[in-house]
Amino acid sequence: MIFTAAAFAILVTIALALARALMGPTLYDRILAVNMVGTKTVLLIAVFAVLSGRTDMIDIALMYALINFIGVVAVLKLVEQGNFHTSGDDDRGQP
Amino acid sequence: MKNITVTVLIDTLIDITLLAFLAITAIAIIYMRNLFVIIMLFGIFSLHTAGLFVVMDAADVAFTEAAIGAGISTVLMLGTLALTKNHEEKNPPHRARLPLLVVLITGGALIYGTYDIPSFGDPQSPSQQHVKPRYIERSVEETGVANTVTAVLASYRGYDTLGELTVIFTAGIGVMLLIGGRLTRRKKQADEQ
Repeated sequence: MIFTAAAFAILVTIALALARALMGPTLYDRILAVNMVGTKTVLLIAVFAVLSGRTDMIDIALMYALINFIGVVAVLKLVEQGNFHTSGDDDRGQP
Repeated sequence: MKNITVTVLIDTLIDITLLAFLAITAIAIIYMRNLFVIIMLFGIFSLHTAGLFVVMDAADVAFTEAAIGAGISTVLMLGTLALTKNHEEKNPPHRARLPLLVVLITGGALIYGTYDIPSFGDPQSPSQQHVKPRYIERSVEETGVANTVTAVLASYRGYDTLGELTVIFTAGIGVMLLIGGRLTRRKKQADEQ
């Protein structure tokens, strides 16, 4: 019962994050919204794994967490430097 | 018995909600004009799809969707955006009536086609009758692999998988030669100046 409630609470949170991604207004709102949806997907899969008794799905949730992190880092690097091939302390790649 | 009914009900409700999110995201992608925002929405779209695959118990597809859809393709699209100058999509000069008609007709034909498909998880469907019993019954003794999906991919269809990997590897080398070579040259020019 408690896990069902948790699953629906997570779905509501995804809806709120989706609304933020659609409305904006700034770029950072949207980046944060994507990160939020990713985190909630991880949680949803974990809760669903417990709900349905298929605990091997926890592995998928873990991998989503890793992918989500790398994706957000890539997005932020692009926003800050304008490309992927300069390192952080290089001045040449300023947008 | 009651427990199973509740689980199926929850499955269906999560399915419907995620599909609704998917439709909302897709429509928003069509109406957005800022390409960066569109890539962000593509990431969200991919995450919803991956969640749906998990709910439908297709763990291997969900793995691929997470790695390729949400991970690599978002980064690749961002990389392409970084190499282009224009971050705004132009407004189309006319209303696209003919493409809309074609899409509607194709969609209608596809939905009509689904009525001939056996329903989800039907044990009498041809795909469950033909080679699947052999895979389930004999794959452990024939290949020594515990997971049936892995046994099919890596052993029964081993040459097929090897061919796919060769194609992907060749494509990767080609892309690296094309893009990597250009970036090194540009860097060299910048150093000389």
